[in-house]
Amino acid sequence: MARESEDAGMAKASKVKRQKKKKTKENKTRTVQANILYDNAKGEENPNRHYANNKIKTTKYTVLSFLPKNLFEQFHRFANVYFVFIALLNFVPVVNAFQPELALAPVVFILSVTAIKDLWEDYRRHRSDKEINHMDCLVYSRVERRYVEKYWKEVRVGDFIRLRCNEILPADVLLLSSSDPDRLCHIETATLDGETNLKQRQVVRSFFDLDCDFDPLKYNSVIECEKPNNDLNRFRGYIIHRSGRRDALYKENLLLRGCTIRNTEEAVGIVIYAGHETKAMLNNNGPRYKRSKLERQMNVDVFWCVIILLVMCLFAAVGHGLWMFQYGDKRPVFDVLSPEGTDLSPIMSAIYLFLTMIIVFQVLIPISLFVSIEIVKICQVYFIHQDMDLYDEETDSHLQCRALNITEDLGQMQYIFSDKTGTLTENKMVFRRCTVAGVEYSHDANARRLAMYQEMDSEEEECTSHGGTLPRRDSVTSHQSAPVVLRSQSTKSHRRTGSRAEAKRASILSKHTAFSSPMEKDITPDPQLLDKVNECSSQMDFMRFHSQPMSQLPSDLSDIIDFFIALTICNTVVVSSPNQPRQKVRMRFELKSPVKTIEDFIKRFTPSRLTSGSNSSSSSSLITNRSSNKGCSSMLSSPSAESTLTKLDEERPPRGLDHAFSPVPPCYDGKAWDKEEGELRYEAESPDEAALVYAARAYKCSLVGRLPDQVTVELPHLGKLSFELLHTLGFDSTRKRMSVVVRHPLTDQITVYTKGADSVIMDLIKPPNTGNSKGKRQKKIVYRTQNYLNLYAADGLRTLCIAKKILSKDEYACWLQRHLEAETAIQGREELLFESALRLETNLQLLGATGIEDRLQDGVPETIASLRKAGLQIWVLTGDKQETAVNIAYACKLLDPEEEILTLNADSQEACALLLEESLHYIQAKFLCSSTDQAAKAFHTNFAPFEIYPSSSPSSSSSHTVPFMVHRLGLVIDGRTLAYALDKSLEDKFLAVARSCRSVLCCRSTPLQKSMVVKLVRNKLKVMTLAIGDGANDVSMIQVADVGVGISGQEGMQAVMASDFALPRFRYLQKLLLVHGHWCYSRLANMILYFFYKNAMFVALIFWYQFYCGFSGSAMIDQWYLIFFNLMFSAFPQLITGTLDKDVSAETLQQLPHLYVNGQNSEEYKPYMFWMNMIDAFYQSLVCFFIPYFAYADSDVDLFTWGTPITTLALFTILLHLGIETKTWTWMNWLSITFSIALFFTVALCYNASCPTCYSPSNPYWTMQRLLQDPLFYLLCAITPVAALLPRYFYRACQGTLFPSPVQVGRQLDKLPTEIRRNILSLSRVKVGSPLSPKPPFLSLAKPSPKGCNKKDQRSFPSSNTPPAKKGPVSQADEEKGQRSQVQPSDSVRSHSDLYTLVATEIDTLPYTKDAPTTLGGATASFNQSL
Amino acid sequence: MVKQEKASANRPDNTAFTQQRLPAWQPMLSAGIVIPGFVLIGLAFIGIGVALFVTSRGIQVLEIDYTGVEQNSPCFPCTDQNRKNCVCDVNFSIDTLFQGPVFFYYGLSNYFQNYRKYGVSKDDYQLSGDLSYFKAPSSTCSPYEYDKNNKPIVPCGSVANSMFNDTFKLFQIVNGAKKQVSLDGKGIAWWTDYNIKYRNPSVTPLKNAFNGTVKPLFWSKPAYELDLSDPANNGFINQDFLVWMRRAALPNFRKLYRRITDGDYAQGLPAGNYTLEVSYNYPVLSFGGRKKVVFSNVSWMGGKNEFLGIAYLVIGSMCVFMSIVMLIVYAKFKFPEED
Repeated sequence: MARESEDAGMAKASKVKRQKKKKTKENKTRTVQANILYDNAKGEENPNRHYANNKIKTTKYTVLSFLPKNLFEQFHRFANVYFVFIALLNFVPVVNAFQPELALAPVVFILSVTAIKDLWEDYRRHRSDKEINHMDCLVYSRVERRYVEKYWKEVRVGDFIRLRCNEILPADVLLLSSSDPDRLCHIETATLDGETNLKQRQVVRSFFDLDCDFDPLKYNSVIECEKPNNDLNRFRGYIIHRSGRRDALYKENLLLRGCTIRNTEEAVGIVIYAGHETKAMLNNNGPRYKRSKLERQMNVDVFWCVIILLVMCLFAAVGHGLWMFQYGDKRPVFDVLSPEGTDLSPIMSAIYLFLTMIIVFQVLIPISLFVSIEIVKICQVYFIHQDMDLYDEETDSHLQCRALNITEDLGQMQYIFSDKTGTLTENKMVFRRCTVAGVEYSHDANARRLAMYQEMDSEEEECTSHGGTLPRRDSVTSHQSAPVVLRSQSTKSHRRTGSRAEAKRASILSKHTAFSSPMEKDITPDPQLLDKVNECSSQMDFMRFHSQPMSQLPSDLSDIIDFFIALTICNTVVVSSPNQPRQKVRMRFELKSPVKTIEDFIKRFTPSRLTSGSNSSSSSSLITNRSSNKGCSSMLSSPSAESTLTKLDEERPPRGLDHAFSPVPPCYDGKAWDKEEGELRYEAESPDEAALVYAARAYKCSLVGRLPDQVTVELPHLGKLSFELLHTLGFDSTRKRMSVVVRHPLTDQITVYTKGADSVIMDLIKPPNTGNSKGKRQKKIVYRTQNYLNLYAADGLRTLCIAKKILSKDEYACWLQRHLEAETAIQGREELLFESALRLETNLQLLGATGIEDRLQDGVPETIASLRKAGLQIWVLTGDKQETAVNIAYACKLLDPEEEILTLNADSQEACALLLEESLHYIQAKFLCSSTDQAAKAFHTNFAPFEIYPSSSPSSSSSHTVPFMVHRLGLVIDGRTLAYALDKSLEDKFLAVARSCRSVLCCRSTPLQKSMVVKLVRNKLKVMTLAIGDGANDVSMIQVADVGVGISGQEGMQAVMASDFALPRFRYLQKLLLVHGHWCYSRLANMILYFFYKNAMFVALIFWYQFYCGFSGSAMIDQWYLIFFNLMFSAFPQLITGTLDKDVSAETLQQLPHLYVNGQNSEEYKPYMFWMNMIDAFYQSLVCFFIPYFAYADSDVDLFTWGTPITTLALFTILLHLGIETKTWTWMNWLSITFSIALFFTVALCYNASCPTCYSPSNPYWTMQRLLQDPLFYLLCAITPVAALLPRYFYRACQGTLFPSPVQVGRQLDKLPTEIRRNILSLSRVKVGSPLSPKPPFLSLAKPSPKGCNKKDQRSFPSSNTPPAKKGPVSQADEEKGQRSQVQPSDSVRSHSDLYTLVATEIDTLPYTKDAPTTLGGATASFNQSL
Repeated sequence: MVKQEKASANRPDNTAFTQQRLPAWQPMLSAGIVIPGFVLIGLAFIGIGVALFVTSRGIQVLEIDYTGVEQNSPCFPCTDQNRKNCVCDVNFSIDTLFQGPVFFYYGLSNYFQNYRKYGVSKDDYQLSGDLSYFKAPSSTCSPYEYDKNNKPIVPCGSVANSMFNDTFKLFQIVNGAKKQVSLDGKGIAWWTDYNIKYRNPSVTPLKNAFNGTVKPLFWSKPAYELDLSDPANNGFINQDFLVWMRRAALPNFRKLYRRITDGDYAQGLPAGNYTLEVSYNYPVLSFGGRKKVVFSNVSWMGGKNEFLGIAYLVIGSMCVFMSIVMLIVYAKFKFPEED
């Protein structure tokens, strides 16, 4: 490889290179060289010429290709092909039914409407492409030896570009130089992933030490990297210098297209990927297309329509054959011979007729249905977008529908799978308590303060309750000015803060900080701990002063100081100061790059350079000078005031420097300091990092600066200490921890600080050596910490463990060597790095643990309660630990204190199987006791052989929620058990158990498990699933579910990008599902049914006529009416109704969530309804046909004078039918119906008056005009629609008055005056029903009455009074310990047995649980009966 | 201000339309509305029905089948296809005065003028007098486009070709003598057909326009000689031709032949005996068709048709009946709950 690149560098014969190119392409790497080397030999010579240039073209068509390409695409839709086929069939003379040109009209109309829509969209894309392509950027030109302005589209791979502050990156650029003294470049990636915090990017290491400006002319390295891919978080490759030296490239070196340069004066880079090959563009997928359940159902019925069509055609063909046959050889005078003068045989004419009939009856397959559905869905999406209630004022964001065509699925959901963190909770971390070295600090004052904040919030919220627009973060200029690079995603950043009041404060205080509200920042320290910190640091200061070794510090004190140091530095928080937005605080002691090589390491660890803050002032100032010089030159051209500010600021020597080099005053003035420090802002990639840093700052242990190679921490008494950052092992979800390796400035030891999930850290703790006192102490700390961790979890706090480890230099060197090897590996780098991290993060010493609160979002319990009332099963799948999850579940009312909790924890497959069996028996037993005969039977038949699927027992399919919701059971399962339960052999049992529980909580589940659970439920239970989440770990689940909802939250945009709908808050789910989902579903379902009815009714008219015209395919309806009936005359009212009709008002829908069941059971559109509509259609068409038939029987009426009234009657009937089905009549409905009728008569009158000789064969000249003078016509118009609609109207009236469906009851409620309705609704909380309905059917459905049983149960369990918060966690904790099989086995066993005896004695009377508890072995099961 | 606008750029419009709060009328199918509504509609329909029924009863109709299927019928001899120019007399009597104006129809049964291929088979441009279509009739007329000698047929097509060509003369037998009832053949076709849609070529004499063309195969005389008595009633604007060209909707149909409006019979046909002299030309027996003549007078709602009146009565009573049923059911199940 190296040789190859050298070749390239010397620019050998292009032939050779082309071969190489091919080879490298096969090698799946990309070689990039600087373009300026080849400027003279444009094209041919340039090795980069094969790569895409930076011109983007997202348009699908060109002027020339539009027509063929668009048509080709439209013909992918089967319906279009069908209609074109029919239109073409009409051109065949023997079978044609209409004027061929006219028959083309509908299909041309439909195709052109779609084409125009596509064209318009494409034009918009073209315009925005053009705008983007013509943005300016600076590209180095060899000829002019300077950077010249060029358009984005002219940038090519291999170009050097210079970027200035606030510029948007035109392409994916490898950072080669930065004006930043630390060789950093800050970028904002909001447009890519929605994360608003600044990210640091580093100059490629080989260019790190360049003191002078980067000179493109001197660049002659070759870059070898991956092929373009869409992974934003991955970039691998290496750069080969002329010297043959290779340096690895990381994602930290790559600046991605679409990001904005911040805080960095200037940066120079080489373009690696351009145009469509940039990661941003590769990530830019269009909206997703899913097929909704309703549409699937509709397609079945379209298929039935085809069958009906064929049957009708066949019938007519046979009829025609017979009709022909009866005349035999005697041709009647009205018979027409074929053009050749011969007569056709009956069979042949029957065959021809069959095809003719397909043309005549084509309307039966609703050509306009597909278009109408699309239009209606677009309108629905528009309305959902526009809903004020789904608009989040704080973030100025509203709901986004990313999938445009599954809105109606929202009304049919049955299962909701929710993530916890960030979805149910704010994902805004508030430090609550901590434990250090086994001592708990409860932070009571802090808790009180938080309580106070909450009160304040609610008060302020009341004050500013309505319409107050608040000053918002004046989003950095880029948001407004930057052209949108990624179209499919919103460019807005979604930053959330707790409440409106809080947002107000936050927006004033911290305009540019990602995650910090005062609630998180102002932490009231625990006095006891604060004292200890002070004491400790003063001792350390003393020791330093007296040059005593730090190891003499009492271990509890040293633990405390280590704990806070770990909190402060073990993260990736960036410090910025708020006055100069996004201006990095410079506090530099020495200029040093992170350890790169072993030699470097050895060199740097020579004893001479141990003291901190030694010799770097010169180099530091040098850099400042450099940047300020540059600042002057670029000041003129710099467009934004902000960057000018930045520069001015930089020209001043950074304030911090004085501090850094002046010895810290012994008695330091806390207050002044505080004030200054208070202005520092921390920007963290995850909210809990920020929370911890703020927490540490409350103890005067504050992070003041972070550079790639060092972290500066300010400690009380000790002043500023800079920790040399040797290595950072970033957080990842598999390791669940992160570590930093630093050199401690006081002890000069190489220290590893690790922070991570307690389960992981606890396993990595060095097993205490019980021999000495230290070991004993360690053991005690571990034990106590574990106890407190359990307590924290019980309080619903997120727990993190902090640990440290001291490495000797040799150990570190050894590890470093292997780690560097891993880093430079191209193959399997991830695994190697993982192993390497594991080698470092072992044998840790536990320091302490923190408890961070993640507050519930507003309205979550209410939302969950009402969604549950709506018959939705809610499962929470979280990665959190069991106790935390359970407690959050209680807090958000997912679990009810009255519920029994089934907890499944098993550590082997067999144990899991046993547990599931056990649970099933238990549930069965419970169920039997309720002995509600039928339900029990249904349950049994479903359960005994584990035939739990609705498909196998159709009776239970529609009402499956009924028997299972009976149990007030909750299921809690952990990740490990879930893995066993998801095994093929157990999944059925697992589902059987889970289905019978009211709520399911899966803890510690991995993203993969989440999606597996969703898939399992979706596929096996054949239910509609919705997954909601906010983080990257929910993406797979979101993609698997029928409807994926992303919370546009703090964890970036990945979930949103994968989702179908993006919500700002969880609570909006309620309105989205209950109101919009219900509306969308019922509107669309009704519209589809209506469509089928309408077409069938219209076509049947012609079918009946065939009996009177010898099945000759003749139509009494003029071909114009026939073709335009669907397209024009009857098209608009149904669109209006389909878009605007509200069966029940939004208010009632939200207050009576039970109405949602309507959609879940597909009650608006059941298979039989299609047939009912068909029958009704045939009845109505019979009426519409035969009333005019008899009315004109034996008269001299001619064909079209008779047919036109029929058309008119059909139109009236169809519109009136729609009127019956329309629940709310707005002026638009009236208008559309009036318009339809007016349109029909206008068209008819014009058409009938326009041309006396045209429109063969019907030639209906003056027909309509004559009809309008005929009283008979009006008499027909009066009676026929009434007669046709009488049955339907009668049915509706009876149903509405006598047996109203829940929805109708809701509608009746809507009619009542507001106050009365409120009263009734508030009553209905208790007794859901309406005063008008004697037995509201859904009452019994929602409250299926085994109350008696439940009560009995509760009585029979004596422990039912134990509050869950206390009982649950303790037993949980024991289980955990039991699993870990260490400390105090006796204790845990006792508590288990307690539990079991309790359960066992109570269920003893039931035969199958006799042998329950004792034989379980490794498995533990606890049936917590709680109040 | 500007800032505020910017800040809430995404805020949806708070209008009744976007928030789906348009004022709406919600028709509720509740008993209180439905029952009175049904009764009202029912009563109105019954009223109309009675009026229609009475009107229809007042219309007199006389139908005489003269196909000659039966041996004893006067036209039986004419059914022999070999007989040319067969004339048969059909006698009938009227008991009471047949109120005028009397309309004289001929009727055909089992005759499919609505047969699809038949309906297509004409050339509207030719019929509107366009001479170029005289020379080259439209292909829709095929196979009645050109004759065997490849001369164009005018008027072309199956519809024209199959024109009904029986003629009738009506005589009242007054004291054993035949008194001809004058039949008015004017204005029996649509005004628009006669004046706009169908045109003769503006060639005088009309005969010259037809040079080089042949008459339709079934026709005995060319189009310009359809009515020898009235030169203005020839060619394409011959009233009988126009009536024929307007295709009937159903296989059993009647077409207006003449009106009896003149002279002695303006008040109607007085009671007495009549003879209808039929020149029997049109073959219908081959396809099982029947021919008849119909005398009828008309009312404001057209010819005699009791169906519509009955339909109104039935639907009206059904409405009333349903409302009663609902009232009973409603009273039984509902009212106790209505508190």
